[in-house]
Amino acid sequence: MDRIPILKMGNYLLVTIQVDMYDRLALNLENDLVTMIRKVEAKGVLIDISAVSIVDSFMGRILGNIASMSRILDAETVVVGMQPAVAITLVELGLPLTGVHTALDVEKGMGLLRSRLGRDTIEEEEEEGVDQDDRSE
Amino acid sequence: MIVLNKEKIQIIREQDVVFFRQRLKEHATKIGMTILNQTKLITASSELVRNMLKYGGGGEIFIEVVSDRMQVGIKVIFSDKGPGIPDIAKAMQDGYSTGKSLGLGLPGARRLVNQFDIQSGPGEGTTVTIIRWKNGL
Repeated sequence: MDRIPILKMGNYLLVTIQVDMYDRLALNLENDLVTMIRKVEAKGVLIDISAVSIVDSFMGRILGNIASMSRILDAETVVVGMQPAVAITLVELGLPLTGVHTALDVEKGMGLLRSRLGRDTIEEEEEEGVDQDDRSE
Repeated sequence: MIVLNKEKIQIIREQDVVFFRQRLKEHATKIGMTILNQTKLITASSELVRNMLKYGGGGEIFIEVVSDRMQVGIKVIFSDKGPGIPDIAKAMQDGYSTGKSLGLGLPGARRLVNQFDIQSGPGEGTTVTIIRWKNGL
């Protein structure tokens, strides 16, 4: 059974879809992603669809589901690289994709995630430096 | 309308959909269909083939290259011997679904193509015929 690889980058998960998705593959991805978010406590998910030329209502629903499920697990989802023809077709299809943030590419997607997640991660990193026990016996 | 080329594809299992989409893209590319129109055609077809598998128990698809006065385009005929659609008008409404989906497949597909025809009835199976011209909206 094929599975789409999910990469971990710090607090984020990155998925790049480069194959023609059939239904079972899309459902597996939804399942795998949500499981992984929970497991590594990811704060953000980036789904790169720049190589995807067809997004139908099934795939659109999967993207919407992933965004909703991620949010419940305290993570934000950004879909990046949507091809113009896909965007036009989705509108005509009548698929609103509410709750799904988008960005032009992975870099901008990461920027969007960082700004949405605020300064939480930066403050965590600063705290870790103050680790010494300076009580004297 | 003149039929310039014709191909028949059996749809029995999910994997057949991937092959069908590839063949459809090849036909559309061969006649020089614009990328946007290709996207619309293949997305609409994706909806219809999914219906065929999910509700119709699989079936046959005919891809035809057709010519009508000054236009050239692709006609796709989806034919199954499933239970049929009891109320076509209802099925053509946005959001109506008998299968827990978004209910955008039929009405969405119709919006994406230039010509759309559906024949169905209880116990009669379903045949959906669509045409997408190579140029234009």
